[in-house]
Amino acid sequence: MRRRGIAATALVAGLALTATACGGDGGGDQKSGGELSGTVTFWDTSNDAEKATYKELAEGFEREHPKVDVKYVNVPFGEANAKFKNAAGGNSGAPDVMRTEVAWVADFANLGYLAPLDNTPALDKNEDYVEQAAGSTRFKGKTYAAPQVMDTLGLFYNKKLLEEAGVEVPKTFDELKDAAKKIKSKTGATALYLRGDDPYWFLPYLYGEGGDMVEAKGKKVLIDDPEGVRAFATIKDLVDSKAAVTDATDGQENQLKALKDGDVAMAIDGPWDIEGALAGKEFKDKGNLGVAPVPGGSKAQGSPQGGWNLSVYAGSGNLDASYEFVKYMSSAKVQQKTTEKLSLLPTRKSVYEVPSVKDNEMVKFFRPAVEKAVERPWIAEGNSLFEPIKVQMNKVLTGSATPDQAAKATGDAYRKLLKDYK
Amino acid sequence: MVAPVVLVIAVIIGYPLVRGLYLSLTDATEANVARDIGMNHIPATYTFVGLDNYTAVLSDGVFWSRLGWTVVWTVACVGITFALGLTLANLLNRKMKGRTFYRLALILPWAIPAFISVFTWRLLYNEKHGLLNKLLQGGGIDAIPWLNDPTWAKLSVIVVNVWLGVPFMLVALLGGLQSIPGELYEAAEMDGANAWQRFRNITVPSLRSVSSTVILLSTIWTFNMFPVIFLLTRGGPGDATEILVTYAYRLSFVDSPRNFSSSAAWGVLILLMLSAVAVVYRRALRKQGEVW
Repeated sequence: MRRRGIAATALVAGLALTATACGGDGGGDQKSGGELSGTVTFWDTSNDAEKATYKELAEGFEREHPKVDVKYVNVPFGEANAKFKNAAGGNSGAPDVMRTEVAWVADFANLGYLAPLDNTPALDKNEDYVEQAAGSTRFKGKTYAAPQVMDTLGLFYNKKLLEEAGVEVPKTFDELKDAAKKIKSKTGATALYLRGDDPYWFLPYLYGEGGDMVEAKGKKVLIDDPEGVRAFATIKDLVDSKAAVTDATDGQENQLKALKDGDVAMAIDGPWDIEGALAGKEFKDKGNLGVAPVPGGSKAQGSPQGGWNLSVYAGSGNLDASYEFVKYMSSAKVQQKTTEKLSLLPTRKSVYEVPSVKDNEMVKFFRPAVEKAVERPWIAEGNSLFEPIKVQMNKVLTGSATPDQAAKATGDAYRKLLKDYK
Repeated sequence: MVAPVVLVIAVIIGYPLVRGLYLSLTDATEANVARDIGMNHIPATYTFVGLDNYTAVLSDGVFWSRLGWTVVWTVACVGITFALGLTLANLLNRKMKGRTFYRLALILPWAIPAFISVFTWRLLYNEKHGLLNKLLQGGGIDAIPWLNDPTWAKLSVIVVNVWLGVPFMLVALLGGLQSIPGELYEAAEMDGANAWQRFRNITVPSLRSVSSTVILLSTIWTFNMFPVIFLLTRGGPGDATEILVTYAYRLSFVDSPRNFSSSAAWGVLILLMLSAVAVVYRRALRKQGEVW
């Protein structure tokens, strides 16, 4: 009934919902002689620079379990959430295992799409997980995912350009604004690329003013407090004063390109773009890429805690192999390889002790940064908090709303979404 | 012999329509409808709430401001597409060298899947690396923030939709033109009518039944043209290019849990508006003596 319900809704609304049919019904969890068999479909959300490594690692599972066929599917990050919901809700085409963003776990679990992993082989050596990373896997007393990688935002900078301009790495957005004039006149580059298209990048400005989106415990909306208004004012000021360039679309590609080509001296970005950045002409000498904490605002300095978990679809026809696959993909061995190849941050304490990980420049920077990163509200609606910010930050940057109006509109949208919040 | 027709209509239109209407009167969301996902069984817990969804939508300023832009978007797109389609159809209706080639070339936008066209346009529009701004720079003109400024973004989406819509108009109108007997023009010419008079008094009236149909169809399609707006700008910057259907999508499918009931209410409202347009349009045509 439910599936038809959606179909009806969509039809009447005249919406173009592309139903995705991506394998995934590879059943057969029967064990032959205690051995795992069948197919495990894995949806990976890593980006173009990372996906080859993940494909190789995922297929490495087949060597340990020769009768299991791993179907690796790369699903772009931007589409993965909706695509999974369409498939999971419709009971067809959902993957057995998915790389799930930290904010999606509570959401999917709340809707009954995920299999609880407590007391399954998927959760292996739990005490080894870094606490920040494990936080996002729990929902209402159960564990619905295994942490895979963790991340936060940092300030990527072009050492050569900052040196030419004779400026230090800015510690606050004010310092960044001051340095911008020198950078422009001495090198011709713009100081910062400001992601105007993605609300996740708004968080450092918000935390920098001492604000937050909501307070889950007290059920309070915080975004329209004066801190939120100041955060919107900061991004507007950076763009208006030409210290930063921005975009309302395609920010991911544009930012990386601008940084790689030396059009901007700095960009706020996460470990997932390290590989991509190092492929650019400005960073042929890898040492030219510097990473620093995100600049602070007038009150504090903070960036959001992010990362990826591995979750198992509750309707999977091959749960046993799926649990084993999650165990394998979150194992110390695989995590070590992802760090060595992609400089991504492991979620296991023991992996940080491995020399090749310990000595990785990016890990050296990002590990302490992640420890200080601001935990996001792990509520079912956590991911839905972003869309209203996106609309309003677009509006502020294009001048069609003032910071005051933007903060108020975001707050109103939150109260509509979170009915019992004040 | 009417039974198969009734059956097909009931299955593919009637059921979803009734189901959608019913859902719009409840508070059904992704979280409270019944479903079985493997080991998890979730029972239905949604209730009947009457017209609450409708009052919520209609009392929201967002609905009215989006309706305003949707009307502007529809009128602009249909108007320009029709004018261009008619001009091109007239040009191509003459005997000239390579006519087949031109006709094929003009159908091309139709042959490419819409989403590929739209993504290609998005690359062209890219403010820093797009071809359009590269060309402008060559001419010494400042880069235009095609998709990053509310006004330019509105123009950009209209241009893409016109580009996609012209082939349909062209083909339909060309067909109409070819069905006009050549004797009419010959006779008019004998009577000394000039080109404009022939167009005005023969072409336009003869095309009326074709053009009234394509205009109505095009209006309905454009009003609900989800892919162009969604893929090109996602309704942005801000919500500047958001039309009713993309807004309904954002409200009901981006937030979680997905709100099926309010989405259905938006759908029903859009359906009602388009039905009203169709009825009024038909009446107007009938008054002009057109049987449709």
